Amino acid sequence: MSTQVHSAEHAHDEHPTGIKRWLFTTNHKEIGSLYLIFSLVMFLIGGAMAMIIRAELFQPGLQLVDPHFFNQMTTVHGLIMVFGAVMPAFTGLANWMIPMMIGAPDMALPRMNNWSFWILPFAFAILLASLFMEGGGPAFGWTFYAPLSTTYSNDNTALFVFAVHIMGISSIMGAINVIVTIVNLRAPGMTWMKLPLFVWTWLITAFLLIAVMPVLAGAVTMVLTDKYFGTSFFDAAGGGDPVMFQHIFWFFGHPEVYIMILPAFGIISTIVPTFSRKKLFGYSSMVYATSSIAFLSFIVWAHHMFTTGMPLAGELFFMYATMLISVPTGVKVFNWVATMWRGSISFEIPMMFSIAFIVLFTLGGFSGLMLAITPADFQYHDTYFVVAHFHYVLVTGAVFSIMAAVYYWLPKWTGHMYCITTAKWHFWMSMISVNILFFPMHFVGLAGMPRRIPDYALQFADFNAIISIGGFAFGLSQLIFVWCVYKCAKGGESVPDKVWDGAEGLEWEVPSPAPLHTFSTPPEVK
Amino acid sequence: MQSQSYYVPAQSPWPIVGAIAMFFIAVGAGLTVMQLETADLSGVVILSLGVLILLYMLFGWFRHVIQESDKGLYSLQMDRSFKQGMSWFIFSEVMFFFAFFGALFYARVFSVPWLGGASNNQMTNEVLWPSFESAWPLLNTPAGEVTQAMPWYGLPLINTVILLTSSVTLHVAHKAIEKNNRMQLTAFLSVTVLLGFVFLGLQVEEYIHAYEALNLTLQSGIYGNTFYLLTGFHGMHVTIGALLLGIVLIRVVKGHFTEQKHFAFQAAAWYWHFVDVVWVCLFVFVYVM
Repeated sequence: MSTQVHSAEHAHDEHPTGIKRWLFTTNHKEIGSLYLIFSLVMFLIGGAMAMIIRAELFQPGLQLVDPHFFNQMTTVHGLIMVFGAVMPAFTGLANWMIPMMIGAPDMALPRMNNWSFWILPFAFAILLASLFMEGGGPAFGWTFYAPLSTTYSNDNTALFVFAVHIMGISSIMGAINVIVTIVNLRAPGMTWMKLPLFVWTWLITAFLLIAVMPVLAGAVTMVLTDKYFGTSFFDAAGGGDPVMFQHIFWFFGHPEVYIMILPAFGIISTIVPTFSRKKLFGYSSMVYATSSIAFLSFIVWAHHMFTTGMPLAGELFFMYATMLISVPTGVKVFNWVATMWRGSISFEIPMMFSIAFIVLFTLGGFSGLMLAITPADFQYHDTYFVVAHFHYVLVTGAVFSIMAAVYYWLPKWTGHMYCITTAKWHFWMSMISVNILFFPMHFVGLAGMPRRIPDYALQFADFNAIISIGGFAFGLSQLIFVWCVYKCAKGGESVPDKVWDGAEGLEWEVPSPAPLHTFSTPPEVK
Repeated sequence: MQSQSYYVPAQSPWPIVGAIAMFFIAVGAGLTVMQLETADLSGVVILSLGVLILLYMLFGWFRHVIQESDKGLYSLQMDRSFKQGMSWFIFSEVMFFFAFFGALFYARVFSVPWLGGASNNQMTNEVLWPSFESAWPLLNTPAGEVTQAMPWYGLPLINTVILLTSSVTLHVAHKAIEKNNRMQLTAFLSVTVLLGFVFLGLQVEEYIHAYEALNLTLQSGIYGNTFYLLTGFHGMHVTIGALLLGIVLIRVVKGHFTEQKHFAFQAAAWYWHFVDVVWVCLFVFVYVM
């Protein structure tokens, strides 16, 4: 209550409305909503780009777009989905849920929170605007390998570099906010081993972000100086090495993929117990597994580079280290299954997405294990098999978990239950089409179809047509999601404080919809 | 137990101003780089505008925070948030330098010896760069650029002594603020800021010497690249640190801060010590070894 006393001094007692409310906000729930809406918009834009890719690949031969534009589409699709859709969605969920889960009045640094968010639309405006400039946008793949991004890139690369710089600044500030909130703002009695797993996984994710986003900033800076200032970090003529780019990039890039999956683990670990009506099996092993994955993520990066001619010792080290990751990941999958074992399971929408996550993410994990085997990777490298692998872990993994989270907490945010029938349609359409989309990619990949090309050999034609149909179906299915969320925000059946009867956690003790300020005085956690 | 509840500020215009500043800076910096070889100055104008907006934002935002602090709105818990936030920010800076040190080590341990034929790269040397011999500092690049190494004695050594001294004077100033000895505080903080600017002046001197006498330029291959990017980014950080300490000094003269509450001083001091540690690593790995 005393928060209101303070804000009264500022003569800001009534809450502003209109555009100012969103531009000036310091409220974690409003900023969380901004992140989530932004992420949805980016998801649709990035998805539209994927549709262009799939339309071009529907048939062999070049028919719709020219190859340079195709390259821009694959590049910007990747950048948008990673930095614009998945990461902001998780940050949005963190903003909404972490303060409520730990009994904090808000994020620790509310104004910086606003700053982190509002940098993002500007960063992506720059990135997207470069597509319409002379010479086009970035066309070197989201991994911007040198010399594609240095010697062979177009003149607009500097804009890409600085756009990445500011989105990195945004991520770092967001991550600092999350860590400080969790470390400093837990309610009395909320000890470390009582933290909800979503909070734990985000704590570790935030640490990874602060550790590796600056390395990405270093990588883009070296690309900038190599391209425009005549340095030769990635040029053998000056004593550098293009492979060094890959080392620096993947030192960022591998922890980055865990940044996109650890919060998903937290979400699934929250939802599965609720609808199994059991406590999470092996809570502390989940915490240790998450920490182990985070640690291992720093020492496996060169498994993206097995075909670069590394010394044998390097190949072996990175192969074994990579395989080691399957141990903590296996612990997690085991724990989720064990949580469901003999539970009284009910199949609400979030649970359906969670189960789909467990099955399909594990499939993506298995193809990851195949890729980890160095000699086999020589065959798989840069084929559609890789594309299949990371889309299974990122779409049916990260994106499905985000959807599960939205369906789980949307009633808490809006105070309304969404239309279950619409949501079921969304689930089943997505579930079927996503497998039509990504599963055949394994086959064409194993048969040798390279990734990032606008044309392909004739023998891949049938599978590619099927993949494209799956792609369009999956893309269109997401419009059902947009419709479902929009309807729910507008109205619907009211829900009680505790929306799901098996749910646990502080967020279910506040009213639905959650009031703008929760826990102005911290609750006592027993 | 905290007696006061956590302060959640009301709406604030500063972050969005900051985001707009970032937008102008990113677009401006991008265009500036793209227009390097043209007479077009639109990028520079946009960049300068962005920096001005950022400065305006920083002044406004910090003034607001100082006022809130003076009103006693901040609890001890809030103080901890600031301190932890600053620590993590410094950690992110450490990782930024780590990337460039990584490039340095990679060049020294792998890429340069490999170009000279080490490990399994004998054919790389014999076929692609037959006249190249691996050495560090890399004074003759595979492409045939010739340069000279920057010795560690002379200016770099003097600069090391200056920075280390500044860390000591800053520490004395820190002790002084905790004892509320304002005279000592002002004196030692002034000396620190002064030493910071002397360091920067000498660094410029060193760059001029490198360009004119040693032919060590940004284009001199990986040795010059790592030298300039590491010392250059370090210099940028010294500049920021010196400005921070300068602002803190102005506030000290104006009578701000108490024995207990001097977070701005602390944050700037941590930042300064961090910049110092980076220099020591630089001195060892870029100059001496």
